[in-house]
Amino acid sequence: MTALHRLGAGPKLAGLAVASVALLAVDSPQGVAVAVAVVLALHGAARLGPRAVWSHVRPLRWFLPCLLAVQWWLVGPSDAVVLCARLAALVALAGLVTATTSTTAILDALRRGLRPLDRWVDAERAALVLTLALRSVPVLGDLVERVRDAQRARGRERDLRAAAVPLVVGTLRRADALGEALRARGADD
Amino acid sequence: MSPGPAPIVLDGVHVRREGRHVLRGVSLRLTERRVAVIGANGSGKSTLARLLNGLVLPTSGRVHVDGLDTRRHGARVRRRVGFVFTDPDAQIVMPTVAEDVAYSLRRRGLSRDEVDERVARELERHGLAGHADHPAHLLSGGQKQLLALSSVLVTEPALVVADEPTTLLDLRHTRTVARRLATLDQQVVLVTHDLDLVADYDRVLVVDEGRVVVDDGPERAVAAYRELMA
Repeated sequence: MTALHRLGAGPKLAGLAVASVALLAVDSPQGVAVAVAVVLALHGAARLGPRAVWSHVRPLRWFLPCLLAVQWWLVGPSDAVVLCARLAALVALAGLVTATTSTTAILDALRRGLRPLDRWVDAERAALVLTLALRSVPVLGDLVERVRDAQRARGRERDLRAAAVPLVVGTLRRADALGEALRARGADD
Repeated sequence: MSPGPAPIVLDGVHVRREGRHVLRGVSLRLTERRVAVIGANGSGKSTLARLLNGLVLPTSGRVHVDGLDTRRHGARVRRRVGFVFTDPDAQIVMPTVAEDVAYSLRRRGLSRDEVDERVARELERHGLAGHADHPAHLLSGGQKQLLALSSVLVTEPALVVADEPTTLLDLRHTRTVARRLATLDQQVVLVTHDLDLVADYDRVLVVDEGRVVVDDGPERAVAAYRELMA
């Protein structure tokens, strides 16, 4: 537990929002270098090493080179690097916030943040939807794997429809079951 | 803890879903502490289980749990009835282990410390204390079912309904879950295909084609079920 872990989810999320907007205004290579250094230093402060930094920006590993190439061609090397570094820094920062904050804390912060909008948004519901999305990622990942195995066992790995149908059916089934479980646990009461 | 068995009363219950008669006239009064329901796939036993916490409402007839009509007091019934599903992945709604158990306790007016303490105690009881902050999806199938059970039991329900809780489990976890259900103070209604599990139950119902066709002690009910399926 570092100071960053202990810091409330609200300040962290607010900080992330401020940083995202502030980063938009940074358009010099020096400025971006400072931003990247700060993000790396924050990872250090949370005792997260290079591997954690990489795991945060990993989702960008295909997208970023493409973006870099296109920008390089359109606006030149310097601006392209600034833009891409900005994006990577921001994603790493967001990763840092999630890595140092429990889901419950993020949801509580979100609920508090949405409270002023009570008249238009059911904060409890919105927070629950986000949680379920988080929880569904690994569950659906398993489903994809199972469907793929089943198709492979039948020698149909290249048939898109043979994979899509059980996947969609399985996902809808899963949604039904989840709805039932939520009702059983009193989500609607 | 629990105030003894909550009487469950089904009165002329019919359930029709999508034009199919799932249950055709079931009247029961369940006061025993351990009630098991066995029957073939599609016989209506899962629907019978879901009637007990108001997840399914009767098309005609009435279901009362602890004197509460499931149609009129669904929310209050669900507070008294803990429900364990076959597939724990469907039941676990939070990304990490302790958070999922804590989810059961929200909006119950407990302080954060109380919640943490009860969650820790429940996880300890099921050998999951070391996994409290782990992502739920990294648990084994058996551990997931123990987590689902923890999340149900942490609310101290008066009645626990379990719908084939061991169907997806290996032998060891089947025994662990069965033993846990057997040692509960609460009334338990267990739907299962595992005939070994019902041996110590007080009363066993055999459901077939939407009706309760046998209602007896475990030995005779299981024998009658084997006969029926032969």
